[in-house]
Amino acid sequence: MQTLSLITHNSLYKTIAWRKGTAISVAKFLADVDYLAALLPAGKHILNICRDRYHFTVGLAAAIVSNKVSVLPPTHTPEMLQQLQTFAPDVFCLHDNGNCDIALPRLSYPTMPEYRAEKVSIPQIDVQQLIAIVFTSGSTGAPIPHAKNWGSLVHNVQAQAKRLGLLKNADYCIVGTIPPQHMYGLESTVLLPLQSSNAFSSAQPFYPADISGTLETIPAPRILASTPLHLRLLLEADLKLPELALTLSATAPLSLTLAHKIEKTLKTPLIEIYGSTETGQIATRHTTDTATWQLLPKVQLTQSGEQVWASGGHVDIAVPLNDIIELTDISHFLLHGRTQDLINIAGKRSSLANLNHHLNAIDGVIDGAFFMPDELSHDHVTRLSACVVAPNLTAAALLAALRLKIDPVFLPRPLLFVESLPRNATGKLSRQALKNLFSVSVD
Amino acid sequence: MIENNTSLQLEIAELMVQALNLDTTATEIDPEAPLYGDGLGLDSIDILEVALVVSKRYGLQLKADSENNHQIFSSLRNLTEYVAAHKTN
Repeated sequence: MQTLSLITHNSLYKTIAWRKGTAISVAKFLADVDYLAALLPAGKHILNICRDRYHFTVGLAAAIVSNKVSVLPPTHTPEMLQQLQTFAPDVFCLHDNGNCDIALPRLSYPTMPEYRAEKVSIPQIDVQQLIAIVFTSGSTGAPIPHAKNWGSLVHNVQAQAKRLGLLKNADYCIVGTIPPQHMYGLESTVLLPLQSSNAFSSAQPFYPADISGTLETIPAPRILASTPLHLRLLLEADLKLPELALTLSATAPLSLTLAHKIEKTLKTPLIEIYGSTETGQIATRHTTDTATWQLLPKVQLTQSGEQVWASGGHVDIAVPLNDIIELTDISHFLLHGRTQDLINIAGKRSSLANLNHHLNAIDGVIDGAFFMPDELSHDHVTRLSACVVAPNLTAAALLAALRLKIDPVFLPRPLLFVESLPRNATGKLSRQALKNLFSVSVD
Repeated sequence: MIENNTSLQLEIAELMVQALNLDTTATEIDPEAPLYGDGLGLDSIDILEVALVVSKRYGLQLKADSENNHQIFSSLRNLTEYVAAHKTN
């Protein structure tokens, strides 16, 4: 059996996390993992919704050493939780929120006992062990599971650490503005520090002032893992920030203008990461140098008809990508936007097919369609619109029904009530026809 | 004071409508209705955008941990009261 360490830190006294200004050692972390592992219920599947990144990571590690699987759904709507329970009837929820009302058996993150130095060892994990199942929303409402085993997760973030130059024993600390439950957050703010002997901050800063406040509580060298949205707001807030060794951005491509502004104002190199739930991260670029993405070592892209597939390296099974990609050579490519059907709003993913399915399944909706306006800039969040034929429904009732099924970021704005959709003679609804409909109604 | 807050409330409502390109007018926003979820239907991305325009306009910084963030954004009235108490310009 081939195994890989849970963490790569070579000393039990090294700092693995910072929480509210306090350093947490590897030894304390491992003791917390052991303590929580002993409290976990019998079920094999765990929905870890802890907001504190340290709690999340202890939960993830406790699940790993107990041979349990973390399930990571794209949203927590009542419908998604039901589907999760159908998928894994033994699923339970680990949370760190006193008001958690998730309709599953729940375990609250415990108050940890005072740490006493004892003999601890770093667990070795089978590379074949199933660690996580990450879900994407399919086209018919049923989520699609993507299995992640230990070997591929570790190889992925170790390749990333090497690419980013984080293996220098420099004790980096990573602050993330993205949740650890998101694939990018899981990789870049949890597994990356664990597998590169670095540390992470427990915080999940929300406002620009929270980001600067969190950065001030950790020592240099600091890394900020964020998104175009948070980085733009951080720049606009015009706050004084401590020195940053590196800034990462993912979930949507940054504009060159914003990338330049970030590097100039925050005085930090900015590296963008390209990846997907299915593949994990597969490429990076230093945006102010080049628009071209460089694949991680051993990862390959292959053109097959209109689609580009990723394989090799940590990508165990070849998967098609949802983006329009131009291969420039064996290890580089350009990104030309998303394939028509895929929707990605601030890192949350769905498809028009899936959203339309939910819209048309609502009682009282005779016909309906979502529409994604052309993105004016990746740095601003573009929202969906929708038009419906639903003479007996109010906007409020329709939105309330949708809210049970889809993540709030996908709720249409505006929602137009029409007498009929602009379908052609064969019943097809073209994007152009929808575009015309919305441009007329907005004027 | 109450009159001041009424005009401040309208001003904030206008900032929100503008920043978020809302499908409603400032006067139509019910000051008591929740901004999140079922009321005005804002989500966390909107809250970040609103926080930015409010911070810039009134010279204050919102923090999620120091104050009860959900309370501040629970209604237009509560947001207005928070801004009135913390504004510096």
